[in-house]
Amino acid sequence: MGWLYQGLLVAALALLACVAVGNLHDNLAARGLKLGFDFLWQEAGFEIAFHLIPYTASDNYWRVFLIGITNTLLVTVLAILFSTILGFAVGIAQLSGNWAMSRAARIYVEIVRNLPQLLHILILYNVALRALPAPRAAISLGDAVYLSNRGILVPALTTDRPGLLALAVLVGLAAALALFRSLTGYAERSGRSVNAWLPALAVLLLVPALAIGLSGAGLGISVPRLKGFNFAGGWVLVPELSALVIAMAIYNAAFIGELVRASIQSVNKGQREASAAIGFGWWQTLRFIVIPQAVRVLLPPLSNQYLNILKGSSLAVAIGYPDLVGVFTGISINQTGRAIEIVAMTMAVYLAISLLIGALINLFNHMTRIVER
Amino acid sequence: MDNPLIRLAGVNKWYSQFHVLRDIDLAVKPGERIVVCGPSGSGKSTMIRCINGLEAYEQGTITVAGERVAQDDDNIEKIRQRVGMVFQNFNLFPHLSILDNLTLGPIKLKRMPRAAAEARAMELLERVHIGQQALKFPNQLSGGQQQRVAIARALAMEPDVMLFDEPTSALDPEMVKEVLDVMIALAGTGMTMICVTHEMGFARAVADRVVFMADGSIAEIGAPDAFFSAPRTERARQFIQQVIH
Repeated sequence: MGWLYQGLLVAALALLACVAVGNLHDNLAARGLKLGFDFLWQEAGFEIAFHLIPYTASDNYWRVFLIGITNTLLVTVLAILFSTILGFAVGIAQLSGNWAMSRAARIYVEIVRNLPQLLHILILYNVALRALPAPRAAISLGDAVYLSNRGILVPALTTDRPGLLALAVLVGLAAALALFRSLTGYAERSGRSVNAWLPALAVLLLVPALAIGLSGAGLGISVPRLKGFNFAGGWVLVPELSALVIAMAIYNAAFIGELVRASIQSVNKGQREASAAIGFGWWQTLRFIVIPQAVRVLLPPLSNQYLNILKGSSLAVAIGYPDLVGVFTGISINQTGRAIEIVAMTMAVYLAISLLIGALINLFNHMTRIVER
Repeated sequence: MDNPLIRLAGVNKWYSQFHVLRDIDLAVKPGERIVVCGPSGSGKSTMIRCINGLEAYEQGTITVAGERVAQDDDNIEKIRQRVGMVFQNFNLFPHLSILDNLTLGPIKLKRMPRAAAEARAMELLERVHIGQQALKFPNQLSGGQQQRVAIARALAMEPDVMLFDEPTSALDPEMVKEVLDVMIALAGTGMTMICVTHEMGFARAVADRVVFMADGSIAEIGAPDAFFSAPRTERARQFIQQVIH
């Protein structure tokens, strides 16, 4: 009998899908439209204010699509990073024995999470960043970092071999990490106290320096300087990007802080007592006993929160940051009329990134699981 | 009693209005074995939890090896390293293997080399007859096995004294003996022990003194044989009758 009902359900779903496809086909035919992705190779003809890969108005829609993806990924990755760091701090601070600190964290959570995310973004963009002075009157921090309504300007590292430098930085990072781990491992094996931070930091800086020095590549530092009405040189964090990342980090940190607090409180009180009885202090108990167990409870809702950050990044439209929804589902649909193709591609991108985030968290969850009987 | 390892003097503690500990005076010599018993709610657990600062107390002083125990003092963690504790519910760390449960403290707190800490841990696990299970995780063991691991974990820190807070109360009856046997063997090594337990067989076998508590105060202290066969107080007489049945 069970098989019969399941068969009927599958048949009903298949019928529904057929009707939907037929309906789409008829409506497209009635309007004289046809499906196809040839539009991707047409010239887009509009400017995009911020892009990580080269772009001009004469590039095609495929390029626009790629810029939308990279811009969305950039905001998502930065917002996840900062909201996680801030969220852990807020969550742990809420449980602190220090009355002022736990109250402050509690008030932060209650104010921030009860206002809409869009409001946070608009406030930061319009009130905080756009209200900064014009470049001529920019706020200068040590004549190297400037805050102006054109964005945050920081000194940039310039080189004629960017690929080499990027590779050297990655290798240096990996080497520093490996050295750090082997030194702390040695400290544990030998029982001697070893400072692992300094050697790791030295390797982190030495590897790129050596790579540049040996290859004879040019290396310079470009400090932002006022030229006419705007700055030249340096890296510019455009106000749209800065506002979006900061606002999303602040907003989502309130939720992550609650998740961190709840997951820490879910660990049995006896665990903390046993750890204290051995002689571990507050931080060691948190680090070695409580957090490793809390993480199992934390991960499933945390991955939900990360997905919310990804999807929330489309609020970028409100302040004109060119994310995927803004440049592709917005401008590109208006210009080409290819709504079905563009919406389908956009959905596929969000789905793919979401599944990737979910898969990464599941992998981590599997690594931290507790062995049962 | 010139040099007590642990001394409680005039200790009083309240849970808001409720007076849990009343004028507790007790001195424990090095190598002495004390069994604490009494009806539920009499303050036995609270008293031994005060000794390593898991509970705060409002009046009086507690000293371990001459050092005053106070929850917010900087040296509380040093004192706790010298006072091993075994809980009713074992409280093993479920995310760590049995071996890592034993070595975490010595490696992180005493900076013992990992190899030495593991060798010492294996020795202790053999002593509590559980060497075969070293690489398993706590949830894979029976309650009796878990409690024996908990005893070994406390011993791994090489404490001066061991506190037992009803170590057999959460066990199935057939597992009580294996844990008591380990505790009796430990008593044979000269370890200073304070055990909150109702196991009269254990008390008769190893205790130097039995402390009987009622309503937050120490009602009677005596040698186990004298206490169990001829208690001086009516409260103790009633209690012993109930435990026997």
